[in-house]
Amino acid sequence: MSENIKIVKNATCTFCGCVCDDMELTVDLDEKRIIKAKNACVLGRAWFAEHTIGDWPVAMIDGKEVSKEEAIEETAQTLVKAKFPIIYGLSDTTCEAQRQAVAISDIIRGTIDTTTSVCHGPSGLAFQGVGESTMSLGEVKNRADLVIYWGGNPAASHPRHFTRYTVTPKGMFIPNGRKDRTVVLVDIRKTPSAPVADLFIQVKPGKDFEVLWALRALVKGKNIDPSIEEETGVSLATLEDLVDKMKNCRYGVLFFGMGLTMTRGRHFNSGAIMALTTDLNEFTHFVTKPVRGHGNVTGADNVLSWQTGYPFGVNFNRGYPRFNPGEFTTVDTLSRGDADAAMFIASDPASNFPKVAIEHMKKIPVISLDTKQTETSNLAHVAFATSTYGINTGGTVYRMDDVPITMRSAFDSPYPDDEEILTAIKKRVQELVWAKQGIKIAVGEARVA
Amino acid sequence: MAETMILVPGRSSKQGTALNKGKLKPEYLLVTSTLEMNSDDMQRLGLEEGDSVRLSNEVGETVVTCKGRKPEDLPSGILFIAYGPPSSQLMDGDTAGTGMPISKNIEVLVEKVTVKNI
Repeated sequence: MSENIKIVKNATCTFCGCVCDDMELTVDLDEKRIIKAKNACVLGRAWFAEHTIGDWPVAMIDGKEVSKEEAIEETAQTLVKAKFPIIYGLSDTTCEAQRQAVAISDIIRGTIDTTTSVCHGPSGLAFQGVGESTMSLGEVKNRADLVIYWGGNPAASHPRHFTRYTVTPKGMFIPNGRKDRTVVLVDIRKTPSAPVADLFIQVKPGKDFEVLWALRALVKGKNIDPSIEEETGVSLATLEDLVDKMKNCRYGVLFFGMGLTMTRGRHFNSGAIMALTTDLNEFTHFVTKPVRGHGNVTGADNVLSWQTGYPFGVNFNRGYPRFNPGEFTTVDTLSRGDADAAMFIASDPASNFPKVAIEHMKKIPVISLDTKQTETSNLAHVAFATSTYGINTGGTVYRMDDVPITMRSAFDSPYPDDEEILTAIKKRVQELVWAKQGIKIAVGEARVA
Repeated sequence: MAETMILVPGRSSKQGTALNKGKLKPEYLLVTSTLEMNSDDMQRLGLEEGDSVRLSNEVGETVVTCKGRKPEDLPSGILFIAYGPPSSQLMDGDTAGTGMPISKNIEVLVEKVTVKNI
């Protein structure tokens, strides 16, 4: 440890959608690394400790080091030449960078999609179909006396969700914190989150919709046959007890995870939990919220929504935005073989996508922007190494409850940030598209917005 | 001996800390290729801690290492794995018009493998 130490107060952790903005970072400026992250959870501590300065080149083409400018030129040429270029990722970068990515899609008449499509995309569809009775996490902290988690494991994925917002903190109307709350966990297996709950309800795999629909019926005073237990693994008495808890709380909240969205039923499951929440408002105040994964996946939804009108899976091929999950979402455009060029920003689909989609990635020119080397950067035609948001760059991110948070950086990086690279690509693709259309713009005459 | 079971890829705390080191690093590769299995199921299939098992379905196959979990924590017939390159091999690309492939509750055939038949 050097003597050149800086303390950064109220820094933001962007590892997960909790986006905790109460970090106190101790930074070794000579060694360019964070040596302590006070208030961080186990995931946050690893996030801050492991994001140091790498030793790989800023830009590579086909595995060979090139200048940043050469890589930008090759990226722009590739995107403009393609007939069906796709842009994907964006959940681990700033809103400012996301905005540039949308503009590039618009200029090249491409398709833009975010990791939302493979996490809470189905919930996005359900929002449009059913509607969301929503809140901020601050409201939950101050008011919620019944907290239900469904199909999620925050102890592993969002450790401070419990301690900062939902279970242990004392709030304005929850003066005794944990003692004033009832916590319920619904899942198909006893996860590390189970010990936090007062009641754990184990559902048979793939039967969440049936349980949610039965709860809706019970809330409305309908009879349910005891054979529900054989079908779902949950007894009628357990369901009746849960309905009693839900109807008689003062402020209830249903958080749900990818146990609902990634399984059979997808948006119907998310829609069922939102419909149940709406039904409960006839009796008490009830809200629901998907628990979002990546640090700025919520920002990606917001930026795409305010720029295109749609949250993910947007196509500009006709010169105006069109939304069609299943057609313009990335697993589909890759699995069907539609995409003939792809730019992946702050995401590693070559590691997590279905096999058929990964096979197609290997056949087309891929451009990758990432802070670390990944399966995706390894197969990329053009690979940019970028700095880390929230550690090396400031900017804006959205917490999972749609609250925007301004970040501050801890130390400088020799690597450019995503916004810088994307802004340069945007400028160049615009020039190329104008040239293709025979539009001559004198230097300094026009400014790309 | 082989049996059909339900595979549930998901997040784990170890996976979360390992991915910060890098997804190509040994820690991440190890955590995403470790399969959690009900210990009674393991016994029935003649598996011991650390044995290799092949998971396969109509999409593809992968070989992972198994680790026992108490029956009260992981029901019989359910397998958990931190999602990553091995679980991707078993995911179908069809999203049924939603954009979301079925990424949890994937039916797989589980069988013990020895070094010879990997």
